Order: sequence, then C-alpha cells, then structure tokens
Amino acid sequence: MSAELVTELKAGEREAPRALSLRVRFVRGLGPLVVLAGIVWAVVQPYRITLLHPHGQGFWWLLAEPPIYVVLVGLLFRFVVAPGLAEDLEE
Amino acid sequence: MMPRAEMVHWWFATGFLIIGLLLVSEAVVGTEVWGRRPWRRYLWPGTCFLLGVLMWPVMTFFTNSTIHMAAHGAWAQVLMLAGGVELARARGKLHSQYWRLCSSLALLVSGGALLVHEQQHWLFARSAFLHHALGWTLIVGAVFPLLHAFRPRSFVAATGFATTFLVTAVLLYCDRDTAQIFGYISRNAGYPHR
Repeated sequence: MSAELVTELKAGEREAPRALSLRVRFVRGLGPLVVLAGIVWAVVQPYRITLLHPHGQGFWWLLAEPPIYVVLVGLLFRFVVAPGLAEDLEE
Repeated sequence: MMPRAEMVHWWFATGFLIIGLLLVSEAVVGTEVWGRRPWRRYLWPGTCFLLGVLMWPVMTFFTNSTIHMAAHGAWAQVLMLAGGVELARARGKLHSQYWRLCSSLALLVSGGALLVHEQQHWLFARSAFLHHALGWTLIVGAVFPLLHAFRPRSFVAATGFATTFLVTAVLLYCDRDTAQIFGYISRNAGYPHR
C-alpha cells in the first residue's frame, strides 16, 4: 500500500470521530444556546416580562412571557431530548 | 375575556420553536440515530398536529373578518394534515417518501393564506410587515420538503425545513398588534403600544 493512500486512510479515520464529536457538542449545546437567546432577549427588552412589574397587569399579560417561553423551550430540549440523543450518537 | 392576538402568536411561536429545534437536531444527527428511540420519531409530527388542533379555537374565537377566519381554518387543516401524515410515517403506516410533499403543500397553503388575508402594505404596521414576511418565508420554505421528498438524505433540505420553522418562530415572537416597523407606522394603524 502506498504511503499516500495510508495517509489518506488515517485522515479519514480521524475525521469520523471529529465529526461525531462536533455533532454531540451541537446536540448538547443547542438547548443552552436557546436559553442564552431567551436571557439576552429578556435583558434587551425587559418590558416583555410583565412578571417584573406585575402591578395592574391582567391574567393574559401575566401568562404571556415570550423570553421566558424561549428559556423554557431551551431547558426542555436540554434535559428531555439532548441527553438521549447525545448518548445514541456516542454509541 | 380574550387574550390579545399577539399573545396567541407568541404561543404558536413557542410551538414552532420546539418543532424547529427537533428538526434541526434530526438533520444534524441523521434519521437513523434520531429514530433509535421510537418516542423521538413522534415528537415533531405530534407537536405539528397539536398546533393544528389548537388552531381551531383560534379560528372560532378570533373572528375579526371572514378572510381572517378562513385563513386560520386553512392553517388548522394543513398543520393537521402535515402532522398526521408524518405521524403515520413515524408509525410505519405510510412508507412512500413522497408523502413529504404534504409538508410542502402545508407550507405553500399557509404562506398563501398569510399573504392573501393581509390587506395592508408591508410598512403599514408591524403586524402587516410580519404577515408579508411570514407568507414569503413559508412559500420559500415549501421548496425544502419538496426537495426532501425527492432527495431524502439531503442535508440542505432537512436543515432548510428546520430553519423555516425557526425563522417563523422568530417572526411570530416579533408580533405586536399596533407597533412601528423600522420606525414607520401608518396614521391609520392606530396608537402604537408596548
């Protein structure tokens, strides 16, 4: 077997675990990224969280908290979907 | 006492965000790994079907105009169609990859309904802008499930389909009934709020 071919094969072998590792990182990182997006949104537009100033707000305004929804979706993904998915990827 | 229209949009945005995240992870890990745990296969189609079911009360209670009501009815039907077909595929009741064309049809009908039922121009107010932007996003997004039906292993088709849901979620979260868009608002739109 030529040295060039061996080098290419070794590069291919290295590529597969690296790609796998990137995918695992993506799956594990997606939830926290969404949580971060929700937190940044809450900081930039704090008036969209009526729970911070609840006085005089009606029921629906207190229920509708979009940045908190984004954080909750990120947490749900991180703790319900991501662990099993990352585990299956690593197997 | 009814919730405001934009609140309903934010709730649906949350549903679309969930679907987008599930689809983007499926695209990245691949269908084989995604399907290794059977419950995972039902997640996004189930959420899509549920959003379709929840669209019916929206159609029933938010009756500002006939065309508005017809548009919400159309969204309810196509969300349930796309979700139902994908549930059947996940269950193994439907086998052909061409059933994915239902998702393409759903996006096309949804986009068309958004554009048709918005009577104002792009910069009339934020809600008008978002209806136009959402309509064209969904119409362009319809290309991805179409591509996916003919090339089931296409990464571009899978991520494009997922991105359509994520962009839709962002646009829906931006919605406010009477608000400026890029500093503009029509005099006829009413007083801006929050």
